[in-house]
Amino acid sequence: MGGGIKVHGLPISTATMRVLATLYEKGLDFEIVPVDMKAGAHKQEPLISLNPFGQIPALLDGDLTLFESRAITEYIAEEYSDKGEKLLCQGCKKLKATTKVWLQVEGQQFDPIASKLAFERVFKGMLGMTTDPAAVEDLEAKLVKVLDIYEARLSKSPFLAGDCFTLADLHHLPIIYYLMGTDSKKLFESRPKVNEWIKNITARPAWVKVLHLQKQ
Amino acid sequence: MVMKVYGDGMSACVARVLLCLHEKETEFELVPVDLFACHHKLPSFLSMNPFGQVPVLQDEDLTLFESRAITAYIAEKHKDKGTDLTRHADAKEAAIVKLWSEVESHHFNPAISAVIHHLIVVPLQGKTPDAAIVEENLEKLGKVLDVYEEKLGKTKYLAGDSYTLADLHHVPYTYYFMKTGHAGLVNDRPNVKAWWEDLCSRPAFLKVSPGLTVAPATN
Repeated sequence: MGGGIKVHGLPISTATMRVLATLYEKGLDFEIVPVDMKAGAHKQEPLISLNPFGQIPALLDGDLTLFESRAITEYIAEEYSDKGEKLLCQGCKKLKATTKVWLQVEGQQFDPIASKLAFERVFKGMLGMTTDPAAVEDLEAKLVKVLDIYEARLSKSPFLAGDCFTLADLHHLPIIYYLMGTDSKKLFESRPKVNEWIKNITARPAWVKVLHLQKQ
Repeated sequence: MVMKVYGDGMSACVARVLLCLHEKETEFELVPVDLFACHHKLPSFLSMNPFGQVPVLQDEDLTLFESRAITAYIAEKHKDKGTDLTRHADAKEAAIVKLWSEVESHHFNPAISAVIHHLIVVPLQGKTPDAAIVEENLEKLGKVLDVYEEKLGKTKYLAGDSYTLADLHHVPYTYYFMKTGHAGLVNDRPNVKAWWEDLCSRPAFLKVSPGLTVAPATN
């Protein structure tokens, strides 16, 4: 494998950004194949053959085709473990197991709430829809319970899985980035350890490169 | 020292872990947690899982939560015995297993767990299910199963021709779902039906399913 990695997606898509951040962390070359969502390209060929759920991103690496951003990032982190930044603590079994826990926490506890909140605060506006204040209030009330747990966790270690930055932290970047541009940022900024963690992970050069792609 | 699983066999998320342990022919001790008495909200439990949910796994000095992190850990630790649940020897196959595990996590589970919650859990709490939420999630689940129907026409299991974690993770909620009045969503799709019947024939399933005792109050 290696060489000729293609990502079908868009740099504004949170799931695509998750994959792009991982590729940049690993210092890998890749090509973005834009998918015109507004024209419904994600429900047509070629994307629909790559991802039967009709969502971005999809990744091609040699003869391997993957979808689901978190499966893609994990594949990249393992297949290219000797390149660029370490995103999974390979050596230590305990740390690797803990990373898996916090990967699931992002996927099962954080994302279901935070992505709906980002939809209300950010993406509805982009789609010409109106934010529902009651939904925002309800989602923020749920999110603070999760963030309180994060605050306690990050009081014990600088990153979620332990002392090193891992995919478990990275997976949070896209949604947090969007929420920090809204009034919901107060939920993060009012928690010192969470706030520090966000400043840390969003300052990573790989993440800065992803944001730069959005401006192009 | 034997691994400890905190939780009760009737919890779908606990059952996910128990299935994995049986597939891996690994001994364990099940430590009951009285959910009705809210023992999962006690400080002693929260120190193991701050989200206050079962299951929790203790393996010597390691404490893990989130059922899919636990199954991944068990499958990796015991990769050389029992069923090969991760296809670890081949990077491409292993990636496909993770892909369909993510499909279960983000497409299948949100829809099916919402249906189970409203048709089984809510009545047990003495409340009335929200029919609109049930309808909405049955529709979502149907669309997911359409994708599965096509995939399972090409491969015997979701990630290929071998049973893996990608299939296993579906089992407990599907078992409960099949006891509701909506089993047709599975039974009307021949490939999905055959896949489900195969999953139910596995020895590990036959050991764990007797513990899945929560019954729907209404259909």
